[in-house]
Amino acid sequence: MSMSTTDQAAAAAAVATGAAPLVEMRDMFVAFGGVHAVQNVCVDLRAGEVVGLVGGNGAGKTTLMRALSGAHPADSGEILIDGQPVVIPNPRAAKALGVETIYQTLALAENVDAAANLFLGRELKTRIGSLDDTAMESTTRKVMGRLNPNFKNFKTPVVSLSGGQRQAIAIARAIHFNARILIMDEPTAALGPAETTQVRNVIKQLKSEGIGIFLISHDIHDVFDLADRISVMLHGKLVGTVNKTEVTTDEVLAMIIMGKMPGEVTQGELAKLHG
Amino acid sequence: MTQVTGDAGAEEPRRAWSRWIEPIAAGVRGVQMGARTMEVDIRLAGMILALIAIWLGFGYASNGLFLTPRNLYDVSVQSVPVAIMATGMVLIIVSRNIDLSVGSIMGFTAYMMAMTQAIWLPQNLGLGYNSFSIWIVALIVGMALGALVGAIQGGLIAYVGIPSFIVTLGGLLIWRGLIFKVQQGQTIAPMDKNFSIIGGNLPQGSIGLVFTWVVGIVICAGIVYALLASRRKRREYGFPVRPRWALAILMVGGCATVLAAAWVYNNYPLPPLLAAKYAKEHGIIEPAGGLIIPVGLAAPVLLLGAVTLGMMFLATRRPFGRYVFSIGGNPEAAILAGINTRRTILGTFVLMGILCAIAAAVQTARLDAGVTSTGTGYELLVIAAAVIGGTSFAGGIGTIPGAVLGAVVMQSLKSGMVTIGVDSPMQDVAVGSVLIMAVALDSLIQRRAK
Repeated sequence: MSMSTTDQAAAAAAVATGAAPLVEMRDMFVAFGGVHAVQNVCVDLRAGEVVGLVGGNGAGKTTLMRALSGAHPADSGEILIDGQPVVIPNPRAAKALGVETIYQTLALAENVDAAANLFLGRELKTRIGSLDDTAMESTTRKVMGRLNPNFKNFKTPVVSLSGGQRQAIAIARAIHFNARILIMDEPTAALGPAETTQVRNVIKQLKSEGIGIFLISHDIHDVFDLADRISVMLHGKLVGTVNKTEVTTDEVLAMIIMGKMPGEVTQGELAKLHG
Repeated sequence: MTQVTGDAGAEEPRRAWSRWIEPIAAGVRGVQMGARTMEVDIRLAGMILALIAIWLGFGYASNGLFLTPRNLYDVSVQSVPVAIMATGMVLIIVSRNIDLSVGSIMGFTAYMMAMTQAIWLPQNLGLGYNSFSIWIVALIVGMALGALVGAIQGGLIAYVGIPSFIVTLGGLLIWRGLIFKVQQGQTIAPMDKNFSIIGGNLPQGSIGLVFTWVVGIVICAGIVYALLASRRKRREYGFPVRPRWALAILMVGGCATVLAAAWVYNNYPLPPLLAAKYAKEHGIIEPAGGLIIPVGLAAPVLLLGAVTLGMMFLATRRPFGRYVFSIGGNPEAAILAGINTRRTILGTFVLMGILCAIAAAVQTARLDAGVTSTGTGYELLVIAAAVIGGTSFAGGIGTIPGAVLGAVVMQSLKSGMVTIGVDSPMQDVAVGSVLIMAVALDSLIQRRAK
């Protein structure tokens, strides 16, 4: 297989800056019963970088990221953060390491308000250990004011909010606690055009602040717009990781559909992709 | 053709429903707007109105008998055991579980508390009957046993993953059955004199005129302080606050209700025979027309007030309560947010066990005996109280004061029907119907008022 130029470039960059990648996942395996959802996958992420994670349904993208977010720990494999091996047995451990996740389902408690969701599991407390709802509402108003200035319903359960507003709460929750590593699973799948633009701007903003982002997406154009590198998965295995600037969308499509790297695919096969 | 006719037939009653429910829904929308400006819970406000209607209705139907201070005293005391347990059942149901064993836990802890004070302590430690420490030890034993039983059940549910319905169905049989293994299930009586105070039986089970007014005034001060403190804090942060008139209505309404309740309790004089006995014991010469000694607030009701406040604090002001509600809203989200959901669920069952023991203490003190049948069938009353009080079986929705009101509504219906001569089986029919109607009306109105 082509140990692609990207890996060499990454290694060179690491040597040049004298720093290990922000995240490295090595030889990851996850199985559900007899089904190998993720096999032998290696990916990495640097600070201020967006890595697009693409592949068809059931390719194992979400499962791989759930191992990093602590939602479903891997069966084997090694995760390094800042070059140090770490163990992530549950979501709390991931958050302690600065890994925040925006799940495709958003994972909001529908029956409580925006502030309760934003601080869920990390509530602000008064001196006697009670919930400080006023302080939480105040912070929520500030954070949401930046993400979605039209947001006004601070006292209503999130079940009665629109998809975009709920998405904004999920994003606010992920970025408010000084995340260093952000996992975004299909962040724009359920959004209208205006809200999608808003989310794209947020991603660019976070990237410029030095946060590393794993972006899972079905939308190849989203990925080409936002990602620096693209890791492609097929049937639980990594097809390869490429630099966005060195490939065309057709070549990435060939990776997704046929599992062939840009060097291996023929012009005829590329033509067939368009039927 | 037949199919079309069938469809039209099905459409017709739905429209009839609509005509009937629409004015109610419109009214509810109006009340909702008012409630939103005042920032009060619409469901709770509705329940208070329903309770007032029930009381006035029975008062009218019984020629005022239902509304006498004596009857209201009894209604309030009889509501206490179910109400205490319902405050815990809210958290259980909100987190998408159920506890069918509460009646049996109540019976088990009741019997053990009776054994502790009447047999074990006096016989083994040589503590004198009615000695000061006995009731405290008995209560602590009961609450510890309740917590232990809750921990066993909660542990099986949260950590082993057995459905709560199964675990507590088993518990319903187990804890009741175990009672008979102690002292062959004989009736244990009488209870310690200090212990029986929380039963609310006269003359010792109430706090008297002066303390009743003191409690009333303290609660009023608490209401005013709480409203003003939250208003000041919201002002500091620059949040919108409710208009002055709404604040005034809440303050005056709240204090008036509390003082009215204190007034009712203080207008229940000790029955003549008890008053005569009291006079004799204290060497007072009875005036002509008998001695008038106001009974005042019942001790178990004071206890219920304390339990309710404590549970409200846990449910709405502590992280534990927030976690219980978020688990009910979305269990997956709670786990992904890093909440220890197992420990939280375990906590709800331990709490439930302790509350069962407190309710058992009240019931045992009231009966002045430990009997094997204490709490039989209470699981259904407790669940009904929580549900009438607005707790949703889908999880995530419910309030502590709602459940307490639910228990009072049920007891009011039962007592009310007794005062107008409805027999016991028909009382059950009525309470069952009210349970279903309350939930049906709630869901219909919720759907229309959206």
